[in-house]
Amino acid sequence: MTAVRVARTSPLVVLLVVVLAASVVAGVALGPVSIPFGRVVGFLQAAVTGGRIEAVDAGQYRIVWDIRLPRVLLAAVVGAGLSVVGVAIQAMVRNALADPYVLGISSGASVGAVAVATLGLFASLGIYAMSAAAFLSALGATALVYLAARTRAGLTPLRLVLTGTAMAYGFQALTLLLVFQAPHGEAARAAMFWLLGSLGGVTWGALPVAAAVVAVGTAYLLANARRLNGLSMGDETATTLGIDVVRMRRRLFVVTAGMTGVLVAVSGAVGFVGLMLPHLVRMVVGSDHRRVLVVAPLAGASFLIWVDVAARMVAPPEELPLGVITAALGVPCFVFLMRRRGYVFGGS
Amino acid sequence: MDLELDSISVDGIVDGISLSAGTGEVVGVVGPNGSGKSTTLRCVYRALKPSGGAVLLDGRDLLSLPLKESARRLAALTQDSHVEFDFTVAEVVAMGRLPHKGAFDRDTERDHDLVTDALRRVDAGHLAERSFLTLSGGERQRVLIARALVQEPDVLVLDEPTNHLDIRHQLDVLALVRGLGLTVLMVLHDLNLAAAYCDRVHVLDGGRVVAGGKPADVLTPDLVQAVFGVRAHLVQHPVSGVPQLLFEHPEVSP
Repeated sequence: MTAVRVARTSPLVVLLVVVLAASVVAGVALGPVSIPFGRVVGFLQAAVTGGRIEAVDAGQYRIVWDIRLPRVLLAAVVGAGLSVVGVAIQAMVRNALADPYVLGISSGASVGAVAVATLGLFASLGIYAMSAAAFLSALGATALVYLAARTRAGLTPLRLVLTGTAMAYGFQALTLLLVFQAPHGEAARAAMFWLLGSLGGVTWGALPVAAAVVAVGTAYLLANARRLNGLSMGDETATTLGIDVVRMRRRLFVVTAGMTGVLVAVSGAVGFVGLMLPHLVRMVVGSDHRRVLVVAPLAGASFLIWVDVAARMVAPPEELPLGVITAALGVPCFVFLMRRRGYVFGGS
Repeated sequence: MDLELDSISVDGIVDGISLSAGTGEVVGVVGPNGSGKSTTLRCVYRALKPSGGAVLLDGRDLLSLPLKESARRLAALTQDSHVEFDFTVAEVVAMGRLPHKGAFDRDTERDHDLVTDALRRVDAGHLAERSFLTLSGGERQRVLIARALVQEPDVLVLDEPTNHLDIRHQLDVLALVRGLGLTVLMVLHDLNLAAAYCDRVHVLDGGRVVAGGKPADVLTPDLVQAVFGVRAHLVQHPVSGVPQLLFEHPEVSP
């Protein structure tokens, strides 16, 4: 029984790690200027071990090390993070249709980021202005949603979803107002691009913070995987299993909101990953969070690397927003999921 | 292990409920809708904090224990059976090990054995790999009892375990509960089932205990008339001999 599933999960994890490594190399190699896989591996080896690069290769090495690699790694981090947050939020609000954006945090972040794009706020922070503004307004949105959803009995799933959704509409209205008030079309375009998610212009600077937050958040959720199972059974049942539901949901809210805020700050609001990946993973390994939370980040990381590759490759030299690609993949995938027999989507 | 509720109160709902269940005893709680049965039970399984009173387990205050510790002594089947995700039966039953496990503890051989044994005890071994969401009402209830068993509790609390079950499954579930050898406190709607399967019953009305004792002494036509406003006739079960009630709708009565 459970042993069978474990036996099935370990090879899957190994496979996904191999796929992820291959995806990183492919993600670096592919682009408007394609670089042979062998050279990519050689460059990466040289960079890590301190080897020498021939002078003629310096240009390609710059593309690999300064432009592509941080971008590919950030895609992996964001994909992993969104998938994990999606899993946690679906369990926290006990709703199979929830995603990292259901709490209104990303919409809140958008207000800040778009204000930077259109009004030129935080100009002194240079290229980090958008991320900083997005994170700060995500924090503000988190606080607002928390205070509005809170009751004497703690955060209840339905109130969280309703409050988050209502707040999201408010934030979206503000964002659209900012876009329409934009002084010139270029600012509106920059705002739109950010709203749909993009990893263009990523440097090494954003990576450590995002990676650390995703790693710590995922570790926290893994430590609580068993309790997430209990929480999925309903609040009263979870209580009888020894879980302090009010405290657990409060902590989950803080962890998922923090992770979402950071992820949205570095990449914009990439849709569908946090909704779709958890379900795809559950279809394969079942609903036990001890397996889902191991497999989901690996699958999500590879997924977003390829989405970003597509964003670069479909219409060069123009880049497409990530949200366009994830929606193009996500919608049919989702409909297929819903119609598939044998996978019970949500509760009864 | 014996369970004792000592004047449990929840503002505006129940007022000074005192009742007990001795070691290995099956005790029923009956009463009209809104009489405070479920509220009382929720206080026992700690989904609700009473505004006054105490729940004692072998004389020790249950409500002051950490939740995890009380969950190792007392298991419950609640009314909220909404499950959002597609867990297998074995996974649902394994959740009963939660109060015995730390953050990174793995499942041991013993955990697996407990799950297998519990499923066999409730006659649901063949369901282990089925999706919990696809089970019938009776199967679900048996699986949830199995989950309670792997919790290795001394006391089992059940809120209307026969709800939505057909008569065969009602009898099956109650016979199963009786055969567990645990101290049991359960809310039941059906007075005749309470009379047949409980060692003692407590009757709640308007948030207070109005009667308690052996079913034969408590579930009388007079009490039914006073508490439910329904005329009842007492008969003896022709085979088991337990007292059973036949009801008469007040308006139909001549």
